[in-house]
Amino acid sequence: MKRVVIVGSGVGGSVTANLLAKKAEKLEEDIEITVINNKDYIFYEPGLLYLIFNRMHEKELKRPLNSILNPKVKLIIDEATKIDAENNTVVTKNGKVEYDYLVVATGAKVVPEELPGLKEGGDWFYTLEGAKRLREKLAKIRKGRIVVGVAGIPHKCPVAPVEVTLMLHDYLKMRGVRDNVEIFYTYPIQRLHSLEKVAELAKKLYDEKGIKYETFFNITEVDAEKKKIITLEGSEVEYDIFIAIPPHKGADLIFNSGIGDNGGWVKTHRNTLKVEGFDNIYALGDATNLPVSKAGSVAHFEAEVVVENIVGDIEGFGVVKNYNGEAFCFIETGFNEATYIKFDFDNPPVPVKPSKLIHYTKIAYNRLFWLTARGVM
Amino acid sequence: MAEVKPDKTIDARGALCPGPLMELIKAIKEEPVGTVIEVLSSDKGSAKDIPEWVKKAGHELVGVFEKEGYWSIVVKKTK
Repeated sequence: MKRVVIVGSGVGGSVTANLLAKKAEKLEEDIEITVINNKDYIFYEPGLLYLIFNRMHEKELKRPLNSILNPKVKLIIDEATKIDAENNTVVTKNGKVEYDYLVVATGAKVVPEELPGLKEGGDWFYTLEGAKRLREKLAKIRKGRIVVGVAGIPHKCPVAPVEVTLMLHDYLKMRGVRDNVEIFYTYPIQRLHSLEKVAELAKKLYDEKGIKYETFFNITEVDAEKKKIITLEGSEVEYDIFIAIPPHKGADLIFNSGIGDNGGWVKTHRNTLKVEGFDNIYALGDATNLPVSKAGSVAHFEAEVVVENIVGDIEGFGVVKNYNGEAFCFIETGFNEATYIKFDFDNPPVPVKPSKLIHYTKIAYNRLFWLTARGVM
Repeated sequence: MAEVKPDKTIDARGALCPGPLMELIKAIKEEPVGTVIEVLSSDKGSAKDIPEWVKKAGHELVGVFEKEGYWSIVVKKTK
């Protein structure tokens, strides 16, 4: 019998567990699958972008893991604290779990406290609590300036800063206050987004909608008292609401286990998804150091690769599938239209013309996500 | 040009744009004034983007040097 242990049960961990459970039914060798997660539910994080505009609600964003994971998967609710790779063991707060194969799917965490003044002076939609707080402020603002700014790269959902800006424009219009509220978008590099085609699309739409912007905008400090953002380049911008994309880093487990870089991102082979230096440990999703989007679709594509390679190894073939940077992201361009991008290591993304149909597809997907987590679609 | 020996070298070869620029920005935040930082990048865009950023941020561009298959961009933190 082979023991496969998966740490983390977000998109990547859940899809891996469920695809592997299905595959295991057909194999000679028995496979025992264990998931270790610190919560007993899975949370649909992209929904927070809708929650701040009252378009989705907390109840819709959570499902108990025992309704998502295949009944053959053993679920342990515990905090994994360290990987003891020498002994093929995951150490948890309350015990130890041994493995033959390990999948690290511990995600990314937001650390607003790492930018001086951000916790006191900024808002974000990257946590449920933060999103609820921001929702209240957005519902009340009648005049002033809302600044959107990226306070650290990499961050989850690379297109979210553009989406939140465009949705904010429609939201303020809907509330009848857009004429009195300025939207000011900022980005750390020389264009409006790291993906060139997305930057071009954002520029076109921002110019049409009267959204202001500044690039080369690297925030060093938020002055909560004076409501001012200060940058490395010497800009100072006042705000009434500052919607920040907070700094991110890897899970504590990664720092404790010595398998990550300075940011706590797991050093992962870009094709096999094996963790550097180990033949029986894989990493996927937001947890890796790969130059790909930290997005659910990436975790999903990677889960398919990890499952194939673990099964290949158990059957004696070794690595049978390569990951090639596949990613897919919807981009909401307001409340009524959306576009999408599909790309990989060799093919850069090209957004299609925004349309209502794509927007409705995204809205439908927001309700169908649970099928992805279950490994159905 | 007189050769300036960098105090710190960031090897960002293999990283895609804007990786090398973001690595430099991180180093500028961390290092003291006067530090000379060299960024190695295999991404051609960096040879243009980094000098543009250095100009806006008010630091000193020591030079951009094309090597075999990569660029060395040397920057001095001045404030």
